[in-house]
Amino acid sequence: MELFQADFGLMFWMLVVFLLLLGILAKYAWPVILRGIEQRAELIDRGVEYAEEARGKLESAREEVREMLDDAHRRQLELLRDAERMKQDMMEEARRDAAEEAKRQMEAVRRAIEREKQEARREMRHEVERLALDIAGKVLRTDLSGDAGQAELVHRMMDELEDKEGGLR
Amino acid sequence: MKNRGFYRVTMLWMAFLAVSCSGKAEREGGEESARFEPKKVIFEHLGDEYGWNVGHAHIPLPVIVRGERGGWHLFSSARLLNDGAWEGFRLSHEGKYAGKVVEVTADGTEYRPWDFSVTKNAFALMICAVVLCALLFPLVRWYRRKPLTAPRRLRGMLEAVVEMLYRVVLVPMLGKDARRYAPYLLTLFFFILVANLMGLMVVFPGGANLTGNLSVTLVLALCTFVVVNFSGNRRYWKEVFWPDVPTWLKVPVPMMPVIEVFGILTKPVALMIRLFANMLGGHLITLVLVSLIFIMSAWGAAVAGGTAAVAVLFAVFMGLIDLLICFIQAYVFFMLSTIFISQLKQ
Repeated sequence: MELFQADFGLMFWMLVVFLLLLGILAKYAWPVILRGIEQRAELIDRGVEYAEEARGKLESAREEVREMLDDAHRRQLELLRDAERMKQDMMEEARRDAAEEAKRQMEAVRRAIEREKQEARREMRHEVERLALDIAGKVLRTDLSGDAGQAELVHRMMDELEDKEGGLR
Repeated sequence: MKNRGFYRVTMLWMAFLAVSCSGKAEREGGEESARFEPKKVIFEHLGDEYGWNVGHAHIPLPVIVRGERGGWHLFSSARLLNDGAWEGFRLSHEGKYAGKVVEVTADGTEYRPWDFSVTKNAFALMICAVVLCALLFPLVRWYRRKPLTAPRRLRGMLEAVVEMLYRVVLVPMLGKDARRYAPYLLTLFFFILVANLMGLMVVFPGGANLTGNLSVTLVLALCTFVVVNFSGNRRYWKEVFWPDVPTWLKVPVPMMPVIEVFGILTKPVALMIRLFANMLGGHLITLVLVSLIFIMSAWGAAVAGGTAAVAVLFAVFMGLIDLLICFIQAYVFFMLSTIFISQLKQ
């Protein structure tokens, strides 16, 4: 039967056409297509890798930012605490200074008062001595104000009096 | 809009086919043998012919023969129509050379000259090659112009197939040799696929039973045979002639070498027969189903109508299966060739 016999002419044409086709495609088509496919696959692989890497980088950057923020926050807190402490210190110092100053002023005032008091007493003593001499002079109908001996006497008596009272001073 | 255009074209084609079929029926009815001869019609369709009959029309193709007396003869196949003869060559009607060009010698016997005619199948072969180039070269151009963008539509589809074959089959099986053998194997696959699909088309330029022709599959199998055996290294040939079996199987009687050599030969033969038989079978079943309508028409219009409905239904179903087989057979041929090559490398 014809169907099951190979025909020489057709085999010849088949061989010619197929080899020609193979030659053309093998030279001009397949290398380009396969290279293209491989190149693109490579590009896509690289793209995926790049994206993965970028995601990792982004993640680490985010981490870094968070760390930095944390750090800044911590430092801020520290600064605030320092400032608070410094303020406290300063206030403390100021208060201490003020207290010292007040004490010193009080001391000075007291000393001044003391001095005034001494002065007043001395003046009063002079007055008392003079009055005592005047009274004694009136009693004796003589002027004793020029008599240094009498004045000395009064002075000594005043000293005795003062010694006796003692605590008055 | 596109769908409507498609619809119109389809309707036109169907109308054209209906007219041409009825015309053919009339013509055949006009002849003295009004009986429908399914065997003749089927084998006419499956076989080869000089020129290409499309309905009434005859597409003339060159007949190239070299007779015994020497000298090449080139003439149109139209000369052979209606029992015509040209330069002593005519179509044989019966006997060994039925349907082929023969030359009648002086003593009245027929003999077959060297026949290099571009027959229907040879022409279909060329169309197939051109179609394949027309499919692939746009993709090549795409890759030359913008290699890093993905192609769309037809090119994208082709590329997906190429990529599937290359990355899923060739690279895992052949490893670093994939690039070396890919051109041959891919050409093989796409050639068979396009030839199969064109064979499914009913009218010109398809419809030739190309891959269901033994000559075609023989050459394809021969190519694989050559590629496999000529790229075999020393280990391959050692495996054939001195396989790793007990010595008594090899020395006095070379049993294993004979079996191995036989194996080398059966591989391409199996390839050849598988593709041939599958594609032939597909065409045959469809033709038989359609012939059934004409056979049954002898029993009247109602039977013919019923048979037509059933036969067309089955034919469409077979057509769908054939579509699948077209791809599967191309893939199987490609796959087995790949396996034979990969066996060399182990």
